[in-house]
Amino acid sequence: MIDTGHSLLLIGAMALCTMFLRFLPFMMFSKGTPKVILYLGDVLPNAIIAMLVVYCLRNMDLMAAGHGVPEIASVLMVVVIHKWRHNMILSILTGTVIYMILIRAM
Amino acid sequence: MNKTTLKYSFMRSLPVMAGYIVLGIGFGVLLADKGYSFWWAVLMSTVVLAGTLQYVGVELLATGASLISTILMSLMINARHLFYGISMLKKYGKMGWKRFYAIFALTDETYSLVCTDDVPDGVDREWYYFLLSMMNHSYWIIGSFIGAFIGNTFEFNSAGVDFSMTALFVVMLVEQWEKSRTHIPALLGGGITLICLIVFGADYFLIPSMLIIAAALLLLKPAITKAEGVDEA
Repeated sequence: MIDTGHSLLLIGAMALCTMFLRFLPFMMFSKGTPKVILYLGDVLPNAIIAMLVVYCLRNMDLMAAGHGVPEIASVLMVVVIHKWRHNMILSILTGTVIYMILIRAM
Repeated sequence: MNKTTLKYSFMRSLPVMAGYIVLGIGFGVLLADKGYSFWWAVLMSTVVLAGTLQYVGVELLATGASLISTILMSLMINARHLFYGISMLKKYGKMGWKRFYAIFALTDETYSLVCTDDVPDGVDREWYYFLLSMMNHSYWIIGSFIGAFIGNTFEFNSAGVDFSMTALFVVMLVEQWEKSRTHIPALLGGGITLICLIVFGADYFLIPSMLIIAAALLLLKPAITKAEGVDEA
């Protein structure tokens, strides 16, 4: 480990930068929000959740063992089970178990 | 706050629990491996509370990175949080004192839950946001503690548990898809990110994706607003 002072400095920087990004929109628009930002606020969740799904799969390697089958099959499974039962815990649990089995089997 | 709110918050936090504890353990093990005692892992998970950045942070600490490169790295990795704030302006904006903590603790996973929710009757919305954030935060801290404290002493083959976070986002995507009148934003978000991933590679695609998504949503505003009617939050 590097010295305590520098460690604290770097952790402090990570914390403050993250807080800055999380608080910035609220600080910028504390006195009324422009219509265009409200519009973005309404449509961003759909776009960002889709972005996060891709983000989670970013390290999927189609050339490596498995060729992305565990990821793709498990994601599809989650979609199907969720469409069927609409039970968040069930969908996530089943998908994760299937994924864990597939990465060991392939 | 009432019991219904507490119970609802806990139920909603359950899918995050396993993922955060396992990912937290992974982080704690890595940091302890670099010679940091468990207090450091707990400290980082308490004040930073950002998974990817903390994993990268282990390397920054281990190599004694400069302050400026740490700042740049933090801003780059977490830039997506700007979008979380923008989409929570309405819900978190008027929350009183509870908003300071809720905004501080707005991780990817908590965001995916709160931006999708139709909070049922009898649940106090503000306390729900607050409690859910706190529960998720504590899972992350507990995981980091376990990882750093117990470390590699017990072999537990947990490979793949982190898929529960991917599954959480997929579930939220399905729920939003069913509730939305227009799928243009979801298709843009997924499509643009995928193209950027292919073009820029896994290390650099996130910021170009965000910029292009924002630009595309603004350009297509007339079409999206029309398809959407007045609904959608």
